[in-house]
Amino acid sequence: MNIIKAQPKSITTESTKYCPGCGHGIILRLIGEAIDELGIREKMILTAPVGCAVVLYDYIFCDVVECAHGRAPAVGTAIKRVHPDKFVLIYQGDGDLAAIGMAEIIHAANRGENMSVIFVNNATYGMTGGQMAPTTLIGQKTTTSPSGRTIKGMGKPIRVCELLATLEETKYLERTSINSVRNINKTKAAIRKVFQNQLNGIGFSMVEILSMCPVGWKVSPVEAIQFIEEQMINYFPLGVYKNVE
Amino acid sequence: MAEDKNTGLETKRVLMKGNEAVGEAAIKAGCLCYFAYPITPQTETPEYLSRRMEEENLIFLQAESEVAAINMVFGASAAGARVMTSSSSPGISLKQEGISYIAGAELPCVIVNVVRGGPGLGNIEASQADYFQSTRGGGHGDYRCIVLAPNCLQECYDMTMNAFDLADYYRMPVFIQSDGIIGQLVEPFDMHPYKPMFDKLPTKNWALTGCAGRKPNVVRTLYLNPPNGLEMHNRNLEKKYNKIKSELRWCETYNCDNADIIVIAYGATSRIAKSAIKKHNDNGLKIGLFRPKTLWPWPEAELVEVAQKNKGVKFLVIEMSMGQMLEDVLLTLMDVVTKKDILFYGMGGGWNPTPDGVYAEISEIAKKL
Ligand SMILES: Cc1ncc(C[n+]2csc(CCOP(=O)(O)OP(=O)(O)O)c2C)c(N)n1
Ligand code: SF4
Repeated sequence: MNIIKAQPKSITTESTKYCPGCGHGIILRLIGEAIDELGIREKMILTAPVGCAVVLYDYIFCDVVECAHGRAPAVGTAIKRVHPDKFVLIYQGDGDLAAIGMAEIIHAANRGENMSVIFVNNATYGMTGGQMAPTTLIGQKTTTSPSGRTIKGMGKPIRVCELLATLEETKYLERTSINSVRNINKTKAAIRKVFQNQLNGIGFSMVEILSMCPVGWKVSPVEAIQFIEEQMINYFPLGVYKNVE
Repeated sequence: MAEDKNTGLETKRVLMKGNEAVGEAAIKAGCLCYFAYPITPQTETPEYLSRRMEEENLIFLQAESEVAAINMVFGASAAGARVMTSSSSPGISLKQEGISYIAGAELPCVIVNVVRGGPGLGNIEASQADYFQSTRGGGHGDYRCIVLAPNCLQECYDMTMNAFDLADYYRMPVFIQSDGIIGQLVEPFDMHPYKPMFDKLPTKNWALTGCAGRKPNVVRTLYLNPPNGLEMHNRNLEKKYNKIKSELRWCETYNCDNADIIVIAYGATSRIAKSAIKKHNDNGLKIGLFRPKTLWPWPEAELVEVAQKNKGVKFLVIEMSMGQMLEDVLLTLMDVVTKKDILFYGMGGGWNPTPDGVYAEISEIAKKL
């Protein structure tokens, strides 16, 4: 048998606890490949969020700290200050980053912390069973917006890349998706860019990845991919929002 | 000026504020990072450290909130650094989430609480109403923090140094619990070089430094698997807390032999009480003072001993709160003295008792002896 692409060395052989069709697994794989390619596993400190990615330490073979819900940017800020020569990766979901942890991410970005952020936007709170997130689309039904999200009373979904782009100290912001092979490849390139920026000392860099949560959305894995294509990308346009070299 | 034989550094008699003494002690004790958010009456600590840490090439960061500050403490500690934060009551409430995580992850750090009146915004005057919050855990879950309560600037300075050592030794958060009076007080003290409490501290082989040449380290507080994981974790924490209870109980006893009345007070209140007690002593009354210096672990055995030595003694608990430490006194003495022998004088307005007020309170009790 010809092995075309082997399992990244930085990823453990543990089978993930993610649901079938979940985007976290694909993103994990892309992160593993980038870690291997850049050779940063041994200098890396990963902050795991509260949300479905909390047990990242079971899957990535590196130093990991599990953070309180939303607080990873504050935790990572301190780690990077203590070890400026190490590589700090912040991984957060949309509930984690855009709801409870909105202050922490805005201020870490505003301080221009030289950190790499992977922001997984699945438009819901996956781990707690599919409640409304700040990124939930208008009309999208969740367990806490059973008739669909309305602007009145619930506000519009927050576009995080656009928001952070207003802060002058952010250096790289890109929104990608993992709904197709083409977009997965683009996501991989963005992850590498966000990693490389920190290694080059450029500063705060983030990739927002539109990701599937079939279980939270209560649809099949195939329908979840369609939801990203037909709905999410319309509201959350893909592309580079900031690129300061 | 005297020179320390071991370090060659000088001990200087200096005059500064309590909040500044804590900051200087932290620097001397090797604190690498300090994260905080301004709040009265502790703001002199971040102001002082913003200048001093820059001079010493250390890490100072004014966080966007107390929530962020304590999570920065969490991160710096996980990365292996000596780290401190300070705040006052409403800020400490915000930090409780992080403190629970730090205790759960068994990370060392020093937290200074310059207590002010509450609940809510309360006021900015001295208070002791955070006794429950700091000695009972404060945040969610089964945990404890060591709580050191200085009553003068020398102790602010010394106990802050001790706090770093105790935090590293037991791998847990250690509180310096002062209050608006102690924090704002200006008095002279001996600024001596760092005096380590232990010959050797455990190595931080759990710290996050990148896993080059070793297995990855994980700092975590989640115990989903195996089913007994959290139970085991909490049992281990309990063992550690029991060890601390047997090893670390600090108190001061003053005139506690042959006393008719013993006042129990800590922090600023103990100094006020002492003035009143001395005045009574001068008039020939046998009044003593029992002062806990560790609020957790509470000096239980020491108080029982004092009660047993002084048969028929009345206790007067004085607090700038409405009877929080009183509960520890009652629990400690319930099998030793009757409840009617334990009297209470408390203030809840974010204001301190006066020596005259305490004097009068003791006189009332003495009349009925
Ligand atoms: C302080 C606090 N509030 C609430 C929770 C419960 N909680 C756990 S995960 C989660 C939502 C996570 O959603 P998201 O960040 O979008 O990640 P996902 O699970 O969708 O990947 C919530 C609300 C918690 N653990 N801590
Ligand atoms: S709930 Fe959603 S985000 Fe969480 S593992 Fe399942 S599919 Fe993934």
